[in-house]
Amino acid sequence: MKAVSHLADSRAPAGRFDVARIRENFPILQQRVHGKPLVYFDNGATSQKPQTVIDALAHYYSAENSNIHRGVHYLSERATAAYEEARSKIRGFINARNNQEIIFVRGTTEAINLVTQSYGRTFLKAGDEIIISAMEHHSNIVPWQMLCEQIGAKLRVIPINHDGEIVMDEYRRLLNEKTKFVSVTHVSNALGTIAPVKEIVALAHERSIPVLLDGAQAVPHLRVDMQDLGCDFYAFSGHKMFGPTGVGVLYGRGELLEKMPPYQGGGDMISLVTFEKTHYNVLPYKFEAGTPHISGGIGLGAAIDYLQALDWQGLTAHEHALLGYATESLSNIDGLRIIGTAKEKAGVLSFVFDHVHAHDVGTILDQEGVAVRSGHHCAMPVMQRFGVPATTRASFAFYNTTEEIDILVRAIHCALKVFD
Amino acid sequence: MSDLDDLYQEVILDHNKSPRNFRLMADANRKAEGYNPLCGDHVTVFLRLQDGVIQDISFQGSGCAISKASASMMTAELKGKSEAAAHALFDKVHQMLTSETNGDAASEKVGKLAILSGVCKFPARVKCASLAWHTVNAALKGETRPATTE
Repeated sequence: MKAVSHLADSRAPAGRFDVARIRENFPILQQRVHGKPLVYFDNGATSQKPQTVIDALAHYYSAENSNIHRGVHYLSERATAAYEEARSKIRGFINARNNQEIIFVRGTTEAINLVTQSYGRTFLKAGDEIIISAMEHHSNIVPWQMLCEQIGAKLRVIPINHDGEIVMDEYRRLLNEKTKFVSVTHVSNALGTIAPVKEIVALAHERSIPVLLDGAQAVPHLRVDMQDLGCDFYAFSGHKMFGPTGVGVLYGRGELLEKMPPYQGGGDMISLVTFEKTHYNVLPYKFEAGTPHISGGIGLGAAIDYLQALDWQGLTAHEHALLGYATESLSNIDGLRIIGTAKEKAGVLSFVFDHVHAHDVGTILDQEGVAVRSGHHCAMPVMQRFGVPATTRASFAFYNTTEEIDILVRAIHCALKVFD
Repeated sequence: MSDLDDLYQEVILDHNKSPRNFRLMADANRKAEGYNPLCGDHVTVFLRLQDGVIQDISFQGSGCAISKASASMMTAELKGKSEAAAHALFDKVHQMLTSETNGDAASEKVGKLAILSGVCKFPARVKCASLAWHTVNAALKGETRPATTE
């Protein structure tokens, strides 16, 4: 079994997260960029893939490719089994109660659009209020704005403080009898803030208001447990958690999903079609119209296998140390200002200079082999809140090292020299 | 010279540091805004157009060194030019910024602006350099929708 040999058994050596060994699982990290070793700090945009995920995709196309839930033939049965097994793995990973609560979608964006269009258009009406936070990604703003335009509901925004933390008193003030939905991010993609989501959910539930959590940036860094969080919906993307692009998950509580109408119509989501009436399929297939991203789902299952085999205690300690080291190292650079200084943060470091624009920093870092994101991070309101047009963002994964942070610091000095 | 030195030449750094014609124009009769939706760069170009000639031109906004320098050099180059000449220059600059193979040939036709030809080696930055040009094009056409680089 070649695939198994790639799995990093990071529990040995005992008590230490063996990053060097983990890096061997990611072939892309071995390359050089502009003649320099690649330092990949753009994990918030997308993460790299371990060999086991790449192998799973190749294996599916070379040995199992066929359509699922249709054929009675051998290949179709194998593909269906592999796809549904991936669903089970996801259920286990996030501790959902059953597989019917796991809807395959294209990614976090589609998951949120599914909820706004299916739940929102059915159960919300003119005059209702929807609460989001000031640190949302555009994908947790725009679908709600579209819904508000469609039904005449109103969007209310919880402010964030200067450290980039949600102001909970303001949240409490915003909650009222008109509030019919709360949708907030678990971890901010632009600031790295970990939101107090359990408290946010609990306060909404006191008033029986359903809550969606955008988990796109949380799942790669934190163990998430649906029973512990208690949320009604949880959305995340495969490609940010070391799986393929084009596949993601909407978790929804069964009772809510049951009463929601389908999001899209087509094959797979029906049980009986006549020209007079169509009967919809059961969960989760009611929300999965058309041939899905089969290889993507299977690849995501492989990513979860990989993550489950990691020592999460060691991983968390390693990522915490990385962020601490990076924060300290960058704070020592003259003129550098860190945007996002919340007490609870996951591996994101956004920063700006007064006299050097983020794009210029990004281009010069790239020449040094360092990949970061420069721009507004699809969170323009966050940029507006901090009065900056853009930031440079270094976002970390468990395969990053403190040596790479030293390279980042040296590369930043190169950029400053150009603009001296 | 490395690609990076080619991109950030002294002249460009100077225009970035002290951009020319970086001001509001109270008596402008044409004005257009430009956005780069990918990165949030934002520029406003002001024109005073009389008898088909650009009597005065200025800009404001925020962006990276490349977009600021490009806008600054553009205003210096277009002042006093006819509308037709401005359009012709836009085409040539566009060609220089986007064509990796013909960059040298194209840069011969644009005079001082050839200093921006290093941008074509950085595809991700082409839009930074072309934003002000798209915006002046919109201002000349009298378009009311903001120009974008998309």
